[in-house]
Amino acid sequence: MPVLDARESEDHRLISLRGVTRTYGSGSARTWALRGIDLDIEQGEFVAVMGPSGSGKSTCMNMIGCLDTPSSGTYRFRGVDVGGLDRNQRALLRRHYLGFVFQGYNLLNRTTALENVELPLMYQGVPAAERRTRARNALQHVGLAGWEHHTPGELSGGQMQRVAIARAIVTSPDVLLADEPTGNLDTARSLEIMVLLSALNRQQDITIVMVTHEPEMASYAKRIVHFVDGRVTRDVPTGGGDA
Amino acid sequence: MLWNALLLAMREIRRNVLRSSLTALGIVIGVAAVITMVTIGAGATAAISAQIASLGSNILMVRPGQGFGPSRSLGSSRPFEIRDADIMAQQVRSLRAVAPTSSTRSTAIFGNRNWQTMVTGTTNDYFVAGNWSLMDGRYFTASELRAGRSVCILGETARRELFGLQNPVGSKLRLNKLSCQIVGLLQAKGQSAMGTDQDDLVVLPMRTFQRRISGNTDVGSLLVSVRDGAATEDAQREIEQVLRQRRHIHANEEDDFNVFDTKQIAQTLTGATRVLTMLLSAVAGVSLLVGGIGIMNIMLVSVTERTREIGIRLAIGALEREVLGQFLVEAVVLSSFGGLLGIALALGVSAALTSLMNIPLVLQLWVILLAFGFSAAVGVIFGYVPARRAARLDPIDALRHE
Repeated sequence: MPVLDARESEDHRLISLRGVTRTYGSGSARTWALRGIDLDIEQGEFVAVMGPSGSGKSTCMNMIGCLDTPSSGTYRFRGVDVGGLDRNQRALLRRHYLGFVFQGYNLLNRTTALENVELPLMYQGVPAAERRTRARNALQHVGLAGWEHHTPGELSGGQMQRVAIARAIVTSPDVLLADEPTGNLDTARSLEIMVLLSALNRQQDITIVMVTHEPEMASYAKRIVHFVDGRVTRDVPTGGGDA
Repeated sequence: MLWNALLLAMREIRRNVLRSSLTALGIVIGVAAVITMVTIGAGATAAISAQIASLGSNILMVRPGQGFGPSRSLGSSRPFEIRDADIMAQQVRSLRAVAPTSSTRSTAIFGNRNWQTMVTGTTNDYFVAGNWSLMDGRYFTASELRAGRSVCILGETARRELFGLQNPVGSKLRLNKLSCQIVGLLQAKGQSAMGTDQDDLVVLPMRTFQRRISGNTDVGSLLVSVRDGAATEDAQREIEQVLRQRRHIHANEEDDFNVFDTKQIAQTLTGATRVLTMLLSAVAGVSLLVGGIGIMNIMLVSVTERTREIGIRLAIGALEREVLGQFLVEAVVLSSFGGLLGIALALGVSAALTSLMNIPLVLQLWVILLAFGFSAAVGVIFGYVPARRAARLDPIDALRHE
């Protein structure tokens, strides 16, 4: 698998964007979501991406998550040029190295928490027994021991987001991508999620890239990247993510 | 791997019971309707064929008057007489039996029971021509026929209504003022092709009937049986010649009697059943179509929800073909399940209806396969095609789908 070979590449930067643009449409109707981004993210970082609506932060997130490809410029993940991969290869990359947490949770309806968390392992071909154990551990890790057999309809927003986080980390991914993970939650629930994320970052060395527009949430990150009009305008470290 | 996919599909199907059962229901109804209708059509055809066979082979019916059926004009034509039958039997070599018959509805009484039945006066040739056989007792003797003795032979329905479980042979039956001894019992033949009960009859010697029931020497009709291998058309022509001569009809006059070939009834009925079967098939086809549209709708409606699901699966790293495989297996499992249920339902309903309608249960494998195949194909196609469209979507768009 080309995706695996790439881990041995001489370029050891985890994420590297160079002059990345993303446009939609063509001719006079062409709109620019990203106008040339240079961004490097190393193993173990906790990066918050901030910016107003339409600043391109979500597009950049999709790009890093290999859900989208650059219109021009290059995006290398562990040295592999993602722009040169086809749909299936990018899917395999997501399967093995990336975990996603969305604002709207995106859990499967009428499916228990345990089965939702097992899903990525199923696509990795992990045997049923091992799958079950790892999914249970992941749920325990996010503080949902005992909730394994509840379906999303029976869980609160905060709990659903925890299930989503468990689903994202159950494969031990290199990068956890969180797109406004606290966008639908009240402050108390949001802070709990942020505490959980920064614990995962510090204790398990999971690289986290998180889009948010709330400074309070961004302060949990170690580094904040500001987007305006499809460009990175500021890229600053915080007080070490211990806020 | 396949087993795993099946288990997974079963889990997904159980997960949304309402959607799954609605989909399956469309298939169940489509399959059941088609199989039931065609089975009943085939059963009716078989029943009618059996009745045509029980009518007797190579039968000609000769009646006075012109034309056949309810509109024939009886009054103007002379009836036959017993001698017509005798002479016809002598002169036309190709005939096996010629039975003069006269019938009337009358009340038969035994003990405290009475029963409206068809009383027929005839000769033993009637049993030959009509393919009757005895269950018990004997036919008429020559002397009984000649002298017009008070004896009779009973049909199964008349026996059941008057005697219940008893054997009637030897008992005395009263018909109006006539008291006659029962000498024989006929084997049951069932419904006639016209839908009347052929077994509801009491047979008397012709002369007994004329003297004691009708009070004249008229013969209502002649039942003629043609020998095997002889052409009924030739026999018909010869009968016409004999009768024209006997009835003194001039060459330029038309027949005042009518020879009717029962083969024509058979042909008419076979044609009618064919139309019936076609009608049933058309209705069945419509149900199948409606069932198919039902399946299609529910599949298309469920796509909204499933597009999101597909988006989630793609985002966490499922390949397009893995998602498609899952949906395909789901559609196949659901459609097959619905199809099998439909077949089971069709068998039950067909069995119940055919026994209710008193027709044989004729199952036709091709209909079962066709109905199952069509419904399953509709289920699979409309389960699969929208899923394929969704699986080809950009995962970002699929996730955004509300």
